[in-house]
Amino acid sequence: MTITGIAAIGAGLAAIGAGVGIGKIGGSAMEAMARQPEMHGKIQSSALILAAFVEAVALFGVVVAFLQG
Amino acid sequence: MYICTKIHQDILIKNIALKPHKTSIFSALFLVFSFFSFGNEEEITKEDATFDPKAMILHHVKDAHEFHLWDWNGSPVSLSLPIILWTDNGFTSFSSSRFRHDDEGQIIVKSNGRNFIKLHEKIYQLDEGVSSINYDLDHHPTNAHKPIDLSITRNVFMMWVSVALLLFIFLTTARTYKKSKDSVPKGLAGFMEPLIIFVRDEIGKPMIGEHKYQKYMPYLLTIFFFIWINNIFGLIPILNGANLSGNIAFTFTLAVFTFVITTFSGNKNYWKHIFWMPGVPVPMKIFLMPIEIIGMFVKPISLMIRLFANITAGHVIILALMSLIFVFKTAAIAPVSVAFSLFITVIEIIVTAIQAYIFTILSALYFGMATEEEH
Repeated sequence: MTITGIAAIGAGLAAIGAGVGIGKIGGSAMEAMARQPEMHGKIQSSALILAAFVEAVALFGVVVAFLQG
Repeated sequence: MYICTKIHQDILIKNIALKPHKTSIFSALFLVFSFFSFGNEEEITKEDATFDPKAMILHHVKDAHEFHLWDWNGSPVSLSLPIILWTDNGFTSFSSSRFRHDDEGQIIVKSNGRNFIKLHEKIYQLDEGVSSINYDLDHHPTNAHKPIDLSITRNVFMMWVSVALLLFIFLTTARTYKKSKDSVPKGLAGFMEPLIIFVRDEIGKPMIGEHKYQKYMPYLLTIFFFIWINNIFGLIPILNGANLSGNIAFTFTLAVFTFVITTFSGNKNYWKHIFWMPGVPVPMKIFLMPIEIIGMFVKPISLMIRLFANITAGHVIILALMSLIFVFKTAAIAPVSVAFSLFITVIEIIVTAIQAYIFTILSALYFGMATEEEH
């Protein structure tokens, strides 16, 4: 297997991690919003910030894979 | 393809006997199918040319010295931008059209007593007495070096366009408020006011705090609108996706601004949290200090990479879906490819706003952390 192939697998693994993380954030945010619709705005903005944090880690992985591949 | 044309003829023959509205449906279908066959014909003439999606995508994502608009009869139609170089012989500048779209280092341009070539959108200066370029094994030139390149590339050009547009928008808005102080804003100001209030009430106030947010509002508004407008410019196809916010140097500069402002507005409490974390035992304080110092730098780096990677990934996905047509060498995949890239483009329009929002809100969060009082 070439280094490009391994890099692609790495990028895929990073995407899995980010998917799980953002999925959990999104699910919990949805539940919270359903329970407390009056907090909708606040929950949404914090969920977006948290999603950005999770995503950043995945993007680090993708960038490293990109540099290698 | 012959069968296709046959079917078209059959449809055409049937059309004559059909009612008007049915005729229109069939002619619409006919139009769609004729596009397919047109695509096929094109493909046959170009079959020998191999298509490299990676090279194409990288070419589109990277900065360039010209706006490549389209190809006409096999030769590119482009807007050439000036090349400005600082060499050992002083400044020199010439139009990028003098390279005649060569990107492989074949054409040598003489300017101000020095010879230049363009290789993969980078300008190299040939060494003294060298008439053609040599490469090492990694395809790096061995007898040429890079001068300091201050060219107005397409990213620089688009940045100026966006600056001009933002100046126009905000000066017009400001003038509206000057003219009519107490009335409801009209026109452009009416459109901008909710956005500015959004940045103030959803980003500035909750993240920095009621009392201190005003000092940071000019910066927050600037980066929000600057990133947003550049993200949107990146999605306009005719501008060849001048991928400014997907350029790491651009996002690096913005992140440095955030870092400098955070560092200089850090109060006693902020530095205490970095160097001598209160409320934990002494070994833990020592252990946390390097982590916090690294964290200080990781924050702007993550800002930089997030914006860069998100925007670049969006461009790469759209282009990759488009190149599916050319990879499979059939127009039959075109509906799938076009539908998916349209879908991604719509998502990217949302992402333009979300990434501008994220960058701004995280900057505000860092400012808030730097100015937080002891509690």
